[in-house]
Amino acid sequence: MTSAPILVALAGQPNCGKSTVFNLLTGARQHVANYPGVTVEKKTGSFSIGQTRVELVDLPGTYSLTSYSLEERVARDFLLGDNPGVVLDVADASNLKRNLYLTLQLIEMEVPTILNLNMMDVAERRGQKIDISGLEEILGIPVVPTTAKKGVGREQLREAIAGAAGTTRESTFHVDYGPMEPYILALLERLKEEPILSVQYPLRWLAVKLLENDAEAIDLLRRNHPDAERILEATEESRRKFAAEEGNEVERHIAFTRHATGAAIGRKVVTMPVEKKRSLSDRADRYICNRYLGPVILVAILMVLYQVAIVFGNWLALQVWPAWGALEDFAADVLPAAGFMDDPLLRSLGLWVVKSTTAILNYLPIFFLLFSLIAILEDSGYMPRMAFILDRLFRRFGLHGQSTLPMILGGVYVGGCAIPGVMATKAIPDERARLATIMIVPMMNCLAKVPLYLILIGAYFADVGGFAMFFIATVTLFMALPVAKLLTLTVFKKHSSAPFIMEMPPYHIPTVSGVLRRAVERVWLFLKKIVTVVAAVAVVVFVLINYPGLTDARKVHFAEIETKAVDGFMAAVEKTGYQGQILRDDVLSIILFNEALRRAKQGVTDQDKSNVINQSFEARNPVYYAVVKRVGSDGKALNRAIKKVDKVRKQVRREARAERFETSFLGIAGRALEPVTQWAGFNWRINIALLSAFAAKENSAATLGSIYGLDGSQSVQESMKAGESGFTALHALALMLFMALYPPCVPTSIMVRHQSNSTKWMLFSIGYQTLLGLFVASLVFTGGTLLGLSGFQAMWAFYGLCVAVTLGLGLIPTPEEAEASPVITTTCKNHCS
Amino acid sequence: MTLDELQPGISCKMTGLTASGALGQRLMDLGFYPGAAIAIVRNAPLVDPVELHLDGYHVSIRHNEARHIEVEI
Repeated sequence: MTSAPILVALAGQPNCGKSTVFNLLTGARQHVANYPGVTVEKKTGSFSIGQTRVELVDLPGTYSLTSYSLEERVARDFLLGDNPGVVLDVADASNLKRNLYLTLQLIEMEVPTILNLNMMDVAERRGQKIDISGLEEILGIPVVPTTAKKGVGREQLREAIAGAAGTTRESTFHVDYGPMEPYILALLERLKEEPILSVQYPLRWLAVKLLENDAEAIDLLRRNHPDAERILEATEESRRKFAAEEGNEVERHIAFTRHATGAAIGRKVVTMPVEKKRSLSDRADRYICNRYLGPVILVAILMVLYQVAIVFGNWLALQVWPAWGALEDFAADVLPAAGFMDDPLLRSLGLWVVKSTTAILNYLPIFFLLFSLIAILEDSGYMPRMAFILDRLFRRFGLHGQSTLPMILGGVYVGGCAIPGVMATKAIPDERARLATIMIVPMMNCLAKVPLYLILIGAYFADVGGFAMFFIATVTLFMALPVAKLLTLTVFKKHSSAPFIMEMPPYHIPTVSGVLRRAVERVWLFLKKIVTVVAAVAVVVFVLINYPGLTDARKVHFAEIETKAVDGFMAAVEKTGYQGQILRDDVLSIILFNEALRRAKQGVTDQDKSNVINQSFEARNPVYYAVVKRVGSDGKALNRAIKKVDKVRKQVRREARAERFETSFLGIAGRALEPVTQWAGFNWRINIALLSAFAAKENSAATLGSIYGLDGSQSVQESMKAGESGFTALHALALMLFMALYPPCVPTSIMVRHQSNSTKWMLFSIGYQTLLGLFVASLVFTGGTLLGLSGFQAMWAFYGLCVAVTLGLGLIPTPEEAEASPVITTTCKNHCS
Repeated sequence: MTLDELQPGISCKMTGLTASGALGQRLMDLGFYPGAAIAIVRNAPLVDPVELHLDGYHVSIRHNEARHIEVEI
């Protein structure tokens, strides 16, 4: 045994319990990242066996090690390039035959392999008996049985790893490819001529791969062999000859032989029960995947998901809010104090960044619940069933059965978030459907769009609020489906579409620790990615809405108002006993003192606690305290006077903010956009609100509030109605629809870039949604105006149009369906269960 | 005959595969090979895809893909 660290790769087919084995070995010490250059997740962890440190890398779950899918390439490159000391191959003991398919490929790659037969309890329950030592003898590698879920076999696995490390013992087992062997041997001889190649790569494996016409193996040869082209020519010749002689392609022969070998081994070492019992999963699937009951159960599960994640999550977010509020207060305390009209840059920028961040952190409880629920759905095995039930419907629109979850997370009804939605598209194997899903998830109704809807519905559709809410909540789906279809038929036409071949694993009961671990992992990833981006973007937006700033003339104007207000207060001071004790400089300090006191008492209902706070403030400055708390007749008089000053200060700050806003870069942009957006009924004020929403959508409502000079006595909808006298319900409808189609916010855009692995698609997603939003808003507003429709009429006319387009596009076949012969589709229909 | 022609409830044995490229590779990787025992379990609520029982585990594929699998009852 060496004391140098051992690198162990964990391989295995999907649904073999690989993650459980990973957790069994590493405990909580793990780290999630991405493999360099690709979006495939990389989980690493470490543990010690005696003095030896073991670095465990979880490879993506794959059925095979070809170069067809990204996951398989990643796994294979790691095995070839990173030289792991040991490969731990996890197999589902109850399904040994199929799992051996991967094991045989690992052995062929000549990496020191340990076969871990996991889920032994399931195999036993099904009455299977496995001859472990027989299997070891045949394969020539150590075989370790475990039941990782129950923690059984941990020590044996660790011992096997320690034992296998450092040994260069290769398995003597070879898959016998029968009639192909002469071709393999001939190629092997030629490959041996290049000494460097034979040191670096397992030659028999390379020979088989080359005969298989594997693209990456060909690349590998070209990079490492001076005479590559001649060898490739000879290989091609062999392929042709073999196919002609055997009547079967080489690839097929290889795969079939591996399966047949696996099956033969399986027959030798596994004793199957005489009588086959119908498993519990089979019986459950009779209801869960049932024609009629299946969809009902699906809808019920989605309702529960929505209720728990969004409704309960919102409640939870409210409970947690004080924590973020405290963070804001803390920032307000440590940053430089506020000024009368202008705050120091450090303060205003600091507060802005903190508030932007807490606005996102506010969603944390919702995300946590969402991620936990997804982990439950994933671990239980329901996910593939959901895809099974919905695939046909979604495929009509170029999507995939597995597009369901991303759309739900994005907010198919109301109140999701596009960030986890886009994140969840990772699971979709079909590249085209995946891109289409990424493009439409931001069109769902995320939680942050809701405040604007509520303002507009409250102001312009108050009498039909329920209908309006239903409209905006459901119309997005009828806009998204046609868009997905159109994108599939046009921009994504050339992207490959993968076949729908999906394993339906038996149901498992998820473990609490497994679910929590997954949820925490994802929340943490989300935090790291999003918070940094949000903070950076907040700085940019801050500059855009605050600069170039007020002109000197306006500054002087506001300063004059300030001087006059302070003069008034000083005159009042003259008439009291505090004359000489309170100077001009104290005015602002008193106001801030008052604010600090109010903040300190926020949420305090206990009289004793309140008294303690009062005392500490009195001790800090008795004079200020007397004014603020109206002590004595002098205090009362000055309190009246300071309130007047405070009122003026608030007024000035609000006006200055609104002016700074209007003349800011963003304000200029808002005005510049007016000629375009007028067709949608938006003026420059609305434009600013919409532009500011790009950083995070909740900004739209907040910005409208600050534009219309919200002063607490009025709600945003009232002040908006008062401020925009020419506005009609049609304006509001256009605005709502634009918001529904709004381009993804910055964090979502980053996620789009991440998941599509291309800046181009991110820009495309921003661009087409902006244009589509403008088009739809203009269509509704200008069209509605020309036809003389009321907002409510235009709403339902548009709804009808969307449903009609959706149905119409649903009838157009996708490229694959067009290829398929129609006869077969009808036979399927005749044969339905 | 091909797999997509069979009704749920029927068991068969695979005899050949007519798909090549990525589809063929995927099918082979998932355990479709001559001699494999396949049972048609059920169609999805909207007919497509179809769930199969293949050598001890369940897999669902679309009828379009099932066309490429040759079987005998």
